Amino acid sequence: MPYWQYVKGGLPIGRQNSSTGVIDNKEIKKLELMANNIRQDIIEMLLEAGSGHTAGPLGMADIFTAFYFHILNHNPKKPFWEDRDRLILSNGHICPVRYAAMARSGYFPVEELKTLRKFGTRLQGHPEREKLPGVETTSGPLGSGLGQAAGIAYAAKMDNRKFRVYALMSDGEQDAGNTWESAMFIAKNKLHNLTGVIDRNNIQIDGNTEDIMPLEPLRQKYESFNWNVIEVDGNNIGEFVNAVEEAKSVKDRPTLILANNVPGKGVSFMENRYEWHGNPPDSLNISGAPPKGEQGKKALEELKSIADKLK
Amino acid sequence: MEKYLIKNLLEKDKIEMLPTRDGYGKGLLQAGEKDNRVVVLCADLSESTRSHWFAEKFPNRFIQIGVAEQNMATVAAGMANYGKIPFISSYATFSPGRNNEQIRTTISINNVPVKIAGAHAGVSVGPDGATHQALEDIALMRVQPNMVVIYPCDAIEAQKATFASAFNGSPTYIRLAREKTPVFTTKETPFKIGKAEVVHKGKDATIIACGPLLYEAIVAAEKLKKEGISVEVINNHTIKPMDAKTILTSVKKTKAVVTVEEHQIMGGMGSAVAEVLGQNFPAPVEMIGVHDRFGESGNPEELLNHFQLTHPFIIKAVKKVIKRKK
Repeated sequence: MPYWQYVKGGLPIGRQNSSTGVIDNKEIKKLELMANNIRQDIIEMLLEAGSGHTAGPLGMADIFTAFYFHILNHNPKKPFWEDRDRLILSNGHICPVRYAAMARSGYFPVEELKTLRKFGTRLQGHPEREKLPGVETTSGPLGSGLGQAAGIAYAAKMDNRKFRVYALMSDGEQDAGNTWESAMFIAKNKLHNLTGVIDRNNIQIDGNTEDIMPLEPLRQKYESFNWNVIEVDGNNIGEFVNAVEEAKSVKDRPTLILANNVPGKGVSFMENRYEWHGNPPDSLNISGAPPKGEQGKKALEELKSIADKLK
Repeated sequence: MEKYLIKNLLEKDKIEMLPTRDGYGKGLLQAGEKDNRVVVLCADLSESTRSHWFAEKFPNRFIQIGVAEQNMATVAAGMANYGKIPFISSYATFSPGRNNEQIRTTISINNVPVKIAGAHAGVSVGPDGATHQALEDIALMRVQPNMVVIYPCDAIEAQKATFASAFNGSPTYIRLAREKTPVFTTKETPFKIGKAEVVHKGKDATIIACGPLLYEAIVAAEKLKKEGISVEVINNHTIKPMDAKTILTSVKKTKAVVTVEEHQIMGGMGSAVAEVLGQNFPAPVEMIGVHDRFGESGNPEELLNHFQLTHPFIIKAVKKVIKRKK
């Protein structure tokens, strides 16, 4: 059964009791608050920019927080440090979440987030390696991140380097042939220093993924391509961190973490609605949402009340 | 400059014949020996791109990608991002053809030093026909910012271009041919990326050529000399960045230009020359190249004549352009 049939009221059920092994509850709580901050940053950035993608960044806030504040071996003051873990974002359109996580972890001042998509900014509408140190690759055109991550992982293996490579992809870009060419290459070369992550949020710009181009059974597709697959609730930080740790112990195959995410997570009227894939708050009138002009305000209110409960 | 070319230039039956792809294969070996950051990727065409020589000598630095040119470009982009010097090898119709967007985003915008070798360029590919005869690749590559575009004239120059591109720090496209063509430069012939060379001096017109057809251009110039027409010939091997200085110096003297290339007229080297001239020193230009059509099967010589790319057509173009001078 596809995952979204488990979803009720926007919240995935059945995964709440997962073990939290390598990360304790106190740390998780801290990270959840940070993810909430990052979600507020995302809404504020998009309101200021007046264009951009909303649902994906909100859905991936927990995973980006886990990476930048717990998983990655990195130094925000030395973005070109040779032994840093590489976080490759293939679906560049969700870059607001990356920018917010980078700013909050010290790569650049948080105020700079307000320059998103504006003339002269380092925070381009789709991320560019040459503009902003730390984004690792230029991305946006879908399907080309996994291959670049593979190239880095292959080169690192040649030189016996110990850092890890993470390739973050959308589910929509599983439509692209390049993704599967890279999946074959990674499995052929047993690049276990690479972990793939798919943001399985079930939406893409034109609609639901299973209507646009069915991906299921996605897990079995990767398994048949000789990948180890771990399925998690991508909005459960503890579960995700554990999966990343588990992936490190698998040496005979690359690992894919299939992260079942709620697009628009944290803002009730955006959750699981594909209309918010490519639109910012206050840009469209749709059923179930507040009218234009109140959406951004409402979204921030909701996120703040979630934060209050977390505190 | 003429002294740098081989002596028996016009005795075609005595000239060594080698495909430029051989020069690529040798250049890879030379670069691989000098620097162990050099890696070679290939999309299931290692023998016909001559990258198999590198594979035999440096098996740990050769990466077989399979029939997946898009993946080849992206994997190479990742390797270059890390610090390797990757060469990606295939036919030009597939790379930079099929994988053009991957090259644009992950190599050119990323600005990482991947070297793209496009073999089997031009109609001289022969019997394989239009699908395998790349005629658009210069146009595709020269419009991408950060990309360097080189089209060597013979196997020796291809070796030099391959070796030099390994260390130029830029995304670079090297255009190669399948068919054996005259080896008319020598080890001593100067070659520097971005520096065009005057290989035949003259004053009535300038032929600007690149690739193996440069040989036809020199033959045309020699034949015209016997008719009392003095023609300058420029080896314009680097299409981007173009050596405007050398071209303008010559054209200011001759005031007439013929461009020669085995590529579409639209968007090719001749177009690039016209851009330089139009903005700096307008002069009449005749263009030898393929006129908005695809290639077809045949033997290379038949096809080069059919598409009017050989020296008799260059001679006609020179006479025509001289008449157009004011």
